[in-house]
Amino acid sequence: MSSRTIAGPAKGWEYVIGLEVHTELKTVTKLFCGCPNAFGEEPNTSICPVCLGLPGSLPVMNAQAVDFAIRVGLALNATIQRSQFHRKNYFYPDMPKDFQISQYDVPINAHGRLELPSGAVIGIERAHLEEDTGKLVHRGGHGRIESAEYSLIDYNRSGVPLLEIVSAPDIRDPDEAKEYVGELRSILVAVGASDGRMEEGSLRVDANVSVRPIGETTFRTRVEIKNLNSLRSLTRALEYEGRRQVQLYEDGETMLQQTRFWDEARSVTGALRIKEEANDYRYFPEPDLPPVAPDPSLIEERRSQLPELLSARRAQLYALVPDLRSDLRETVIADACWPYLRAALDAGITPSRAVARCANELTALLAEIDALSPERFVEILGLEDQGTLGASQAKILLREANDDAKPIGDLVVKLGFTANDASAIQAMVAEVINSCPEEWARYRDGDEKVAGFLLGQVMRQHGRQISGADARNALVALREEAHSDES
Amino acid sequence: MNDEILDWGIAELQRRLDDRQVSTVEVLGAYEEQIAIQEPEVEAFLALDLESAKDVARQQDGRRARGEKLGRLAGVPIALKDNLCTMAFPTTAASKILEGWVPPYDATVVERLRRDDGIMLGKTNLDEFAMGSSTENSAYKITHNPHDLERVPGGSSGGSAAAVASRMALVALGSDTGGSIRQPAALTGVVGFKPTYGRVSRYGLLAFASSLDQIGPLAGTVEDAAIVAECIMGHDPRDATSLQEGSPRLVEVLGEGVQGLRVGLVTNLLATASPQVKTGVNDAIATLVKAGATVDEITLEELEFGLAAYYVVAPAEASSNLARYDGVRYGLREPGATVEEMMIATRTKGFGPEVKRRIMLGTYALSAGYYDAFYVTAQRVRTLVRAAFSRAYTSFDLLIAPTSPTTAFRIGERSDDPVEMYRSDVCTIPSNLSGDPAISVPARTDDDGLPIGVQLLGPALSEPLLFRAASVIEEGLR
Amino acid sequence: MTYRIDQADVAHIAHLARLRLSDDEIEAYQGSLSRILEVIAVMNAEDLSGYAPMDHPLETVNLLREDRVAPGLERASVLDTAPSAEDEYFRVPRILDAP
Repeated sequence: MSSRTIAGPAKGWEYVIGLEVHTELKTVTKLFCGCPNAFGEEPNTSICPVCLGLPGSLPVMNAQAVDFAIRVGLALNATIQRSQFHRKNYFYPDMPKDFQISQYDVPINAHGRLELPSGAVIGIERAHLEEDTGKLVHRGGHGRIESAEYSLIDYNRSGVPLLEIVSAPDIRDPDEAKEYVGELRSILVAVGASDGRMEEGSLRVDANVSVRPIGETTFRTRVEIKNLNSLRSLTRALEYEGRRQVQLYEDGETMLQQTRFWDEARSVTGALRIKEEANDYRYFPEPDLPPVAPDPSLIEERRSQLPELLSARRAQLYALVPDLRSDLRETVIADACWPYLRAALDAGITPSRAVARCANELTALLAEIDALSPERFVEILGLEDQGTLGASQAKILLREANDDAKPIGDLVVKLGFTANDASAIQAMVAEVINSCPEEWARYRDGDEKVAGFLLGQVMRQHGRQISGADARNALVALREEAHSDES
Repeated sequence: MNDEILDWGIAELQRRLDDRQVSTVEVLGAYEEQIAIQEPEVEAFLALDLESAKDVARQQDGRRARGEKLGRLAGVPIALKDNLCTMAFPTTAASKILEGWVPPYDATVVERLRRDDGIMLGKTNLDEFAMGSSTENSAYKITHNPHDLERVPGGSSGGSAAAVASRMALVALGSDTGGSIRQPAALTGVVGFKPTYGRVSRYGLLAFASSLDQIGPLAGTVEDAAIVAECIMGHDPRDATSLQEGSPRLVEVLGEGVQGLRVGLVTNLLATASPQVKTGVNDAIATLVKAGATVDEITLEELEFGLAAYYVVAPAEASSNLARYDGVRYGLREPGATVEEMMIATRTKGFGPEVKRRIMLGTYALSAGYYDAFYVTAQRVRTLVRAAFSRAYTSFDLLIAPTSPTTAFRIGERSDDPVEMYRSDVCTIPSNLSGDPAISVPARTDDDGLPIGVQLLGPALSEPLLFRAASVIEEGLR
Repeated sequence: MTYRIDQADVAHIAHLARLRLSDDEIEAYQGSLSRILEVIAVMNAEDLSGYAPMDHPLETVNLLREDRVAPGLERASVLDTAPSAEDEYFRVPRILDAP
């Protein structure tokens, strides 16, 4: 695997980054009640006594949410354990009960790891279940919380299941942070637990950042950064914050432990205006919910059903194409491409050819993939590997095979790519040289330079059917024949 | 005639209704009249809905006339403690913070009573959010003990107990967190039953302490309590703490007696009682012995830590359960320039002093630095109490003790000293901590005519045994 | 071991609980809470290390429900009775202090 290259925030300094990723789980209903878990509905239309926190209501755990948590835990190599829910107590209007049901010291998943494309391994401390809050809309003052006159609350999102995935502070630069989120997202989507859409809010990232001089092993004060709405915001915020912190240390100032938010418009992190009293959440075990003890047979079943992850694909490719460029590699291991590549590799297609055709021709067709199945893809590449088709013919045939569902053999004929045996090729070349007798005469007499002209003519007429190499071979063979005829 | 109607228990009432000796409307009329007489003095109810009750009565008479078979509670006038959600009818928990709040749904127990054709008369008074032992903490009114109007009916289900004791309702539902069904039952001379934790769904009960709360019946007789208990017990998928078991058979076993049963008298609980209460307990013991049970003494010192543990766990859970009353979505809202100011103003105005005291005690117990010393320690005491009971139940089938150390005290007598008030619960609290069932049965009245209650305690799921023994005591003291 | 609670504690706790107390109330609550703490202190004197904390009285685990839609509440039924509503939302005063 390629090695990890890190860029610090300033010379002699390194980042220490941990990420907290919250993902909404793709369940049909909310975590504790039967209200639909839907996006974009009219406000306050997916509500019931439970998710509104009405007096007398009680939570009941959604089995599917537990199932998804298990799948993610397996994909992250975490320990899946019997877990308990806790109440996190604080007052806020988007929280109907003024406590959040979450998991505290005994989460469902603990001690996992995530391998990045670069080969770096990031520790996953925990991945636990908790409920989402409602959404606030601020009115007056341009809709921003600081200047609002009042606020409105939509509880549709209240009670939606979240999985909170907390990494160890193992991430060492903003690009690596971006890689981490991308890789984590692909896992969440691969196991079916989440849509992973940052723009829609089904994937949310908060970062914990500190810096330290390279070589220092202790951790310095960390700052939490919120409001990172895209991967671009993530990297930019981390870069800004890293520089800000280094500057503070170099100026001899104290680093405040605080929460900051990323201001996209001004490209800075700013301190939150909300008073940050040290929150005493008064965690205690949720008395309304019994512990969740995942069934071992369910865990084993899900383990056997784990889809192949990107890291496994990278490993497979590394064995066959060790020098593959990482950007090409990431393209061809993507879900859309991979079935084709895997089928081609399994069928013994030359790996570099298989990768090239995937990365180039196939990728172009993916947006409108129709009749080109992995099997047909492999058949065409097989013909190219054998030499039956030339490269440009293969490329044309790939597109044709997508537009027209007829068997590959029929398409070869349709396109005029006859079975290229030597005599057919010679016939084609002979046809051309008969129409250029002067040039043929010069070539026959040893003028190599005119070969180019002749071949050009051949390719102009028959380039769709034969390869340049085949044409040259036929030309040479015809000259030899001519010579032997004379002698 | 009306007085006669009021004498009938559920079985007799339904027999007479089935025989057409009386109509449901007439039954309701008798109760309505009783309410008109008693309620101005007793003040058990926060809200009455007699018009709806009479509508239901008329419907039931119509159904009977058409030959329909009616439910187990047909014709039975029922009072509901006002911390149970009743759809489209106000539910206040006796607090100003929920003044005028109308739930959009029924509690599961209310659904079940309605399904069995019970007739809801109205909502009864309680200590605010069930926090108290006298019903004096209600934000709306004080309820008076029907046996002596200057005295409390007990709490927190004082309104339900007083309604049944003064025959304004045939049966009632209450809730019990530290004795709030059993103690008022004892002080007003009715039967009060707390099931094993998890037997009865808490969905729709305004939560006080989630790991301690249970709903149960108050009734004039053991049999009536058994019938109502059977109707409300059983698994509810909307309550994740409700037991999978269905409802046990109670009415069927009432006559099975106590021959050979081993009963343990908890001496250290008896020691907390006044001399007259002790005599009441001993009278009850005599009936059990006469019926063939053996009664021996046992000391369970561990139970004494129960009071301390209860006064950490219950307020801690309550402080969290009552956080939702913040003026945002329902109930009272006081003005404030910001959300936080609004919440503070609302809660300050809306909660009474005892509720505030317990919220603060609970918040303290959970707060950083104190959680281990208070909350975790209290949870260890619960295990200790349960272990003590387990030990006891290797030698005994049931335990017997006073329900309340004293008879009904005077209104205002204890309300200044919270600790004195809390001690009223010393005999009842242990069962809530361990999650075990218990029932209070009326024994004799004391020299002042005040009722004395005796309490039977059993291991988890031992309700049939409890009711058998309760029936024997009731029979023996008749 | 007795835990003392002073008036600053009372004020802090009151704020955590979103309650405002007058000075008289703070003093009164300090008295009654201290009394209660004395009662509670009894249990701290005991060696309870042999007893695990009881988080639930039941031995149950895993009471889960199927991921299936169940009927909820009509918006009007809750918004019409809410303390304050606007359009289709619950309404509250501003979250932060005025700028």
